[in-house]
Amino acid sequence: MNGPLSVATIIAALVLAAWFLLRAALNRPPSNVDLWATLALSALVAVLVVVAVIGLFDGSRPSDTPTFLGYLVTTVAFGPVAFYLARLEPTRWGSLILGVACLVLPVLVLRLQQIAEVTTGVS
Amino acid sequence: MSPETPTRPKDAALGTGLGRVLLLVYGIFALSASARALVQISTHFSEAPLAYLLSAFAGLVYISATVGLAIGGARGRLIALISCSIELIGVLVVGTLSIADAGDFPDDTVWSNFGSGYGYVPLVLPFVGLWWIWRHRP
Repeated sequence: MNGPLSVATIIAALVLAAWFLLRAALNRPPSNVDLWATLALSALVAVLVVVAVIGLFDGSRPSDTPTFLGYLVTTVAFGPVAFYLARLEPTRWGSLILGVACLVLPVLVLRLQQIAEVTTGVS
Repeated sequence: MSPETPTRPKDAALGTGLGRVLLLVYGIFALSASARALVQISTHFSEAPLAYLLSAFAGLVYISATVGLAIGGARGRLIALISCSIELIGVLVVGTLSIADAGDFPDDTVWSNFGSGYGYVPLVLPFVGLWWIWRHRP
């Protein structure tokens, strides 16, 4: 959970967030490239979540597994929901929706890391 | 448009782009506060009943604020006004109490320390909500 994949996801999300917030500030609706970038980020997050789920079966799991699973579901759903909402809103506010989502995603990944650190061994 | 088409009140946050962004943020907080309360109450309620009941209450307030802002109109505005006011009082009172007397709040709620665990967004959000209601006053 604390590997380079998480770091890459967080950095990618923050870079995209800055870009989307700039687009919103410049009164630009989400472009096709923006929407594709959101999907790409969602795919990266999905990979992260799959890795985390596989990690649940290799011996040690977070002591607060239900919360961990809840965060995993939220995290994997977040990008696609933002993509869907941004497509419904082809104005500057669509860009702001993407920006907000890309700011929340790193928080979700950080929370996942925090929860994953507190583990209990299952044998 | 046919006459039967239901029309949305002009001040419904669902009707404008900025309102939809506001609803997204409110929705995120409604979800996270309620989910947190659900986990706290279902797994270790006896540890800090006051804090966890407060979490649940905060979750309900965020949900009703989201709904009130979304539907608008006279009723929606009233729901949103009451919810956002409770939210503002809640974050100020709980924030102050949690700093003054940490003993009563052994576990965090969304409003503890003025929402520092949530990037102080819980402190800003009621002002934005109230501003929205004020800007769209009839």
